[in-house]
Amino acid sequence: MTGMAISLGPLQYFWPRARTLAFYREVAGWPVDVVCLGETVCGKRRELRTAEWIDLAGELAAAGKEVVLAGLALIEAESEVATLARLVGDDRFLVEANDLTAVQLCRERGRGFVAGPALNVYNHKALALLQEDGLRRWVPGVELGLALIEEIRGRHLAAGRRMPPLEVVGHGRLPLAWSARCFTARALDLAKDQCGFRCIEHPDGLPLATREGKPFLRINGVQVQGEEITDLGPELPALRRLGVGLFRVQPRHEGTAEVVAHYARCLSGQAAPVAIGARNGYWHGEQGMVAAGP
Amino acid sequence: MELVSPAGNLPALRAAVAAGADAIYLGFRDQTNARAFPGLNFEGDELRMGLEHAHRHGRRVFLALNTYPDARRLPEWLAAVDRAAELGFDAIIAAEAAVLDHAARHHPRLPRHLSVQGSATSAPALRYAWERFGISRAVLPRVLSLQQVERLCAAAPVPIEVFGFGSLCIMVEGRCQLSSYVTGASPNRHGVCSPARFVEWREHDDGERSVRLNGVLVDRFAQDEPAGYPTVCKGRYQVLGEVFHALEEPTSLNTLALLPKLAAAGVVAIKIEGRQRGVAYVDAVVRTWREAIDRHRADPAGWAARPAWQAALAAQSEGRQTTLGPYHRAWH
Repeated sequence: MTGMAISLGPLQYFWPRARTLAFYREVAGWPVDVVCLGETVCGKRRELRTAEWIDLAGELAAAGKEVVLAGLALIEAESEVATLARLVGDDRFLVEANDLTAVQLCRERGRGFVAGPALNVYNHKALALLQEDGLRRWVPGVELGLALIEEIRGRHLAAGRRMPPLEVVGHGRLPLAWSARCFTARALDLAKDQCGFRCIEHPDGLPLATREGKPFLRINGVQVQGEEITDLGPELPALRRLGVGLFRVQPRHEGTAEVVAHYARCLSGQAAPVAIGARNGYWHGEQGMVAAGP
Repeated sequence: MELVSPAGNLPALRAAVAAGADAIYLGFRDQTNARAFPGLNFEGDELRMGLEHAHRHGRRVFLALNTYPDARRLPEWLAAVDRAAELGFDAIIAAEAAVLDHAARHHPRLPRHLSVQGSATSAPALRYAWERFGISRAVLPRVLSLQQVERLCAAAPVPIEVFGFGSLCIMVEGRCQLSSYVTGASPNRHGVCSPARFVEWREHDDGERSVRLNGVLVDRFAQDEPAGYPTVCKGRYQVLGEVFHALEEPTSLNTLALLPKLAAAGVVAIKIEGRQRGVAYVDAVVRTWREAIDRHRADPAGWAARPAWQAALAAQSEGRQTTLGPYHRAWH
């Protein structure tokens, strides 16, 4: 791997249609090589229909981006399987699999896929099995840090296998859990079936703090994220040594363009990779969040 | 419908057999299973005696081997599969691809159940595990509604087992990082959620108690308020200016009332959660479900959940409360 480029992760929050389209029109001009598109959190979020996500993918591809389509991380209904099948059915774009459902649909069509961070890959053997299934690139799960990935890489290579291209979640809030329950609806005292799509009022999710007021988690519909904006920027030299090819930035309500510009300067050597976010403990083999003082 | 009981030690296993469990699941005393708590699980003579006792009474024994080994520790997990085959377990319950693949290749006659930790919630996901690893049963994560379970039973390539009773994980199992975000120890990698060594209770001058997990305040309790085990998902937090159980109340899953519908859907086994619980729990819960299943089998049309059964189960629940959980649409 010679260089490292920036990828834009899927938009995890729920934004109004016009805002989403405007955001991706801007993205077309950003220094990102890869854009991962699609609704990954909640099947009820339909400001953009599946066909419109695919159209958007076409526009970004025409602007020179490599586009990856992503579906829901938690599949509950047959209609959601059908939506995923439509993404897999479009041969122009790779699909990011964040669930075995997507892996199987790709296998059945003989298509390659990106293994997303919600897919459990904890060792070299699991990685090799997924490569047999069609894995083309690997985004390790958030729990996997440098030492674990190095171990996998070493054993994988020692077994005579090729390491797939690596992409790491470099900047943003880490997705930590998914549920059938919608925590946003719960916080607003609404039934999930009558949620009123209120996630749209919280374009960066809903902050959750401990009872002593310390910011802790971020509620995003059926997903729970860590509150901290993690930043692997200071690890860029180690990422390079590991052979990471893509540094993923998770979109946020504001400031994503500046964040991308910062990493672009770091990657081209124009700026030092100073920290612009929180230390990602997982990367160092510790708890994910910065330790809380008592 | 088969009744599958947990056992964290030999007395619990004996209690499960006596109370009428069809099968018992247990783990080795290491991190290869998702209840790797100190003092729990089986080794040595206890293991052999447990297997022998259950088999003598015509019951089956499953090995929970359902955590995710990292690259360095993988040989330990694969050795556990070999041991399960040698010792004569009736099935392993596993989630991780390398573990399942090893079992399928080297012990094809040892049945493989896909663990709840495998996070398979759709027909294609189940097809994957079936085609790839030849699973003969799958345990569903506790995230699907009854209607979704029914449809999945119809579409699945393998028989389905569901959770009937016990502590309720509200997140998709096998994909929850809340514990590791706070403590570094995860259910997937270390077989523990919110490990006790990170829990710190403190009593305050006003009689209030607070509980922290690795320094993070999970909850505070008034003097006489019942306090449950502080997993991240069952704490009270501030959201939009209010303090409440923002993710989930401390409550237990109880699907007893759904038994006829689960049976009609073709669910082949009901799993009771709780390898960390004692003999009294196993005895009461298994006995109650045994009677309910037997009564249903004898007279499906005349079956109704008896108040005495529900009372017996409620007495074993977290916070003495039970819920139908995700099986019931309104829970969501």
